Amino acid sequence: MEKKTPEQLVQIDYRPPKRDWMDPTIDFEARRGTWSYPAAAKNLKYLGFPNPREWSPTDADWKLPPNWQEIIREGFRERLEKYRSLRLFMDICVRCGACADKCHFFIGSGDPKNMPVLRAELLRSIYRNDFTTVGKVLGKVAGARELTAEVLKEWYYYFYQCTECRRCSVFCPYGIDTAEVTMLARELLNLVGLNINWVMEPVANCHRTGNHLGIQPHTFKDNVEFLCDELESVTGVRVNPSINRKGAEILFVVPSADYFADPGIYTFMGYLLLFEYLGLDYTLSAYASEGGNFGLFTSHETIKRLNYKIYAEAKRLGVKWLLGGECGHMWRVLHQYMDTMNGPPEFLEVPVSPITGTRFDHAASTKMVHICEFTADLLHHGKLVLDPSRNDHVRVTFHDSCNPSRAMGLLEEPRICLKAACNNFFEMPENTIREQTFCCGGGAGLGNDENMEMRLRGGLPRANAVKFVRDRHGVNTLACICAIDRAVLTTLMEFWVPEVTVAGVHELVANALVVPGEKPRTTDLRGRPLAGKEGSADVV
Amino acid sequence: MALLASIVLIGLLVALPWIGVGALGLGWVFGVAVPYLAAVVLVVGLVLRVLRWARAPVPFRVPTTCGQQRSLPWIKSARLDNPSTAWGVVGRMFLEVVAFRSLFRNTRAQLVEGGKTVYGPDKWLWAGALAFHASFLAIFVRHYRFFVEPVPAVVGWLQSLDGFFQVGVPVVFVTDVVILAGLGFLFGRRLLDPRLRYISLAADYLPLLILGGIAVSGVLLRYFVKTDTVAVKDLAISLVTFAPTVPAGLSPLFFVHVFLVSVLFAYLPFSKLSHLAGVFLSPTRNLANNNRRRHHVNPWNAPVEVHTYAQWEEEFHDKIKAAGLPLERE
Repeated sequence: MEKKTPEQLVQIDYRPPKRDWMDPTIDFEARRGTWSYPAAAKNLKYLGFPNPREWSPTDADWKLPPNWQEIIREGFRERLEKYRSLRLFMDICVRCGACADKCHFFIGSGDPKNMPVLRAELLRSIYRNDFTTVGKVLGKVAGARELTAEVLKEWYYYFYQCTECRRCSVFCPYGIDTAEVTMLARELLNLVGLNINWVMEPVANCHRTGNHLGIQPHTFKDNVEFLCDELESVTGVRVNPSINRKGAEILFVVPSADYFADPGIYTFMGYLLLFEYLGLDYTLSAYASEGGNFGLFTSHETIKRLNYKIYAEAKRLGVKWLLGGECGHMWRVLHQYMDTMNGPPEFLEVPVSPITGTRFDHAASTKMVHICEFTADLLHHGKLVLDPSRNDHVRVTFHDSCNPSRAMGLLEEPRICLKAACNNFFEMPENTIREQTFCCGGGAGLGNDENMEMRLRGGLPRANAVKFVRDRHGVNTLACICAIDRAVLTTLMEFWVPEVTVAGVHELVANALVVPGEKPRTTDLRGRPLAGKEGSADVV
Repeated sequence: MALLASIVLIGLLVALPWIGVGALGLGWVFGVAVPYLAAVVLVVGLVLRVLRWARAPVPFRVPTTCGQQRSLPWIKSARLDNPSTAWGVVGRMFLEVVAFRSLFRNTRAQLVEGGKTVYGPDKWLWAGALAFHASFLAIFVRHYRFFVEPVPAVVGWLQSLDGFFQVGVPVVFVTDVVILAGLGFLFGRRLLDPRLRYISLAADYLPLLILGGIAVSGVLLRYFVKTDTVAVKDLAISLVTFAPTVPAGLSPLFFVHVFLVSVLFAYLPFSKLSHLAGVFLSPTRNLANNNRRRHHVNPWNAPVEVHTYAQWEEEFHDKIKAAGLPLERE
């Protein structure tokens, strides 16, 4: 694929094509850069998923099972009976079009099938044909289509072109949630072996090793120790987190990217420095070493399979409660699914902050607290000594991650942390933050390189909002509370808004945190010189 | 094609009673049998539809949150947009159903020169939808006066309010004007906005045409065609008292009006119009965001294959040992 420039990518035509939307044909060859590679057979085999094989979307024959239509129809029927959401969302859409320009993929591509209403119609047209009398009798006039192999290919293209961000559902007068539609459509696709490797490899890894990246226990320990060394070289403070320790008060779970790659590692260093400062009695686990859950991008059953480890490990280690790091989809699972799927965890206690004594009653059943809630509480009680001038070299804005905003409502807590840690904080325009926040363009398993053009297109609305505050306020740092964001937004900024770096909230908190016994800080956690301290080691 | 099909269909729906009553004298069919049938289909159809939705469980609590969660007591939470209690949910649903709150948020995204995206408020759809729905409700209630004697006071008040401007003879009802404007707007945007035209099905044009037909025939009957309202009321009361008689002197246009209402009733449960009941069941709106506070039960929560700690330790035993991490089995 030839690389396109930003100027080329913003030549977007929003006029619908002549071709009727019911025509499903897609030229995968011509659309390289906007779809993801299929799952490798080994990953499906390991997980016991159907129809493992080698294939490519550009092949004419996708090697479907001979009775694939029957499988999809039965799977559809089963899900209509198990999910009220699905049946309702298939029935009540009035196609008012309010959702149309709310999708970042539509804004960035102009492809009408990226309007949430049409994305759902791809499924709805089959629903009408197979499950409603009107559709059976009237056919196309009633908006019904037969399920052909071409339709299935179209599903593959468009349901792996939705990041399940739920922005459209904020604006829908009936709350129709395309994330729910996409999740169930992907379940159907999985039944006949249509899945993408960037989702299934992490799922297989996570099932086996405990984390998406396939990091084994000894490497987990090495990585953590390496980051402790890095932290020591910047702060002079040695932290020694325990791993798989029984009897700790708290089990701390983070997305695996946080202990694996730049820039997540700085967030991880931030967590550890904060805990050292507090003298927190916590442990990490090399078995439950993943907070994220790519099952969310696969099927409800897979969410449950992967999520199982967190409570199981909490029980084995005998901890009292759980604390979770900064990650978006991880928190959708922890907040909206974990307790129902694998709880309630009677063996845990209602979380109480050992520092402030605050009882986190809002987590009374699930027993898991978000680190931003935990830190916001510390700040409220004046338990942290911060020197925000150590963040004067950053001018920061905050990207609300989709899931914490629209599936949880964690809006103020990260802002409280940021405003305490930084002197220069600026909000992006109001239609692009909080519940109206725009996706990074690479969530739900789409943050892979082969899908780069679509990622950059989907990320355009977010990037434009960042550009706005960069130009107006000189913002140079985009803070977020999501591991996928930290990876995907970095690429997005390089393309659309150069000079803006992506940081975790707790990275910035730790920059400002004044830890007793630390050495004078001359750099931030990334080794960048602090404002006014360039080339000098003298610190007051 | 979708538009053409709907126009042909509405033509047939108007012609049918016109010819049926005007030429063939089937007053009893269109004045009694069809309305009864339509009422039965509406009630039974809607009940079955709602039961079908209700029978499917809500396995997970998945509200879409549109404001600050209730977490720490000193952080102000958005009680309506992110409700944590049943009362909050009631408030959220009330605003959704009565004021179309989600639609009120509507914005229009535009890409301007230089590749910038701008978002402006776009209340037109909200205003048009509300104008139509509110006047439809008022007109629906006003029609009570044909079905009961004496007319309930509240219907009288509504009627006086509706005719507040005291223009014309008979007095022009504001809602009659507003409903035509609302429907015209909703139909017009489907035709003129290329995006909407692209997504619109016959099932989108047809309901608007049926409603438009009802409104236009109603307006004609009230303001332009001399209509024997006593005869209308006689028929209406005879229907609700289950002693149907079709009085003489009713125009074919009146039967067109009644027929289109009957079609609307019978069509409703099987179409997108069922959103009037469905909106109350939407799991992203009618659930409290108290997910971590209260356990939510999934009735079909099935066991799944998991990878246990014991299996994990067995596979990585030597590596765990070499790394000096604790083991369950040495």
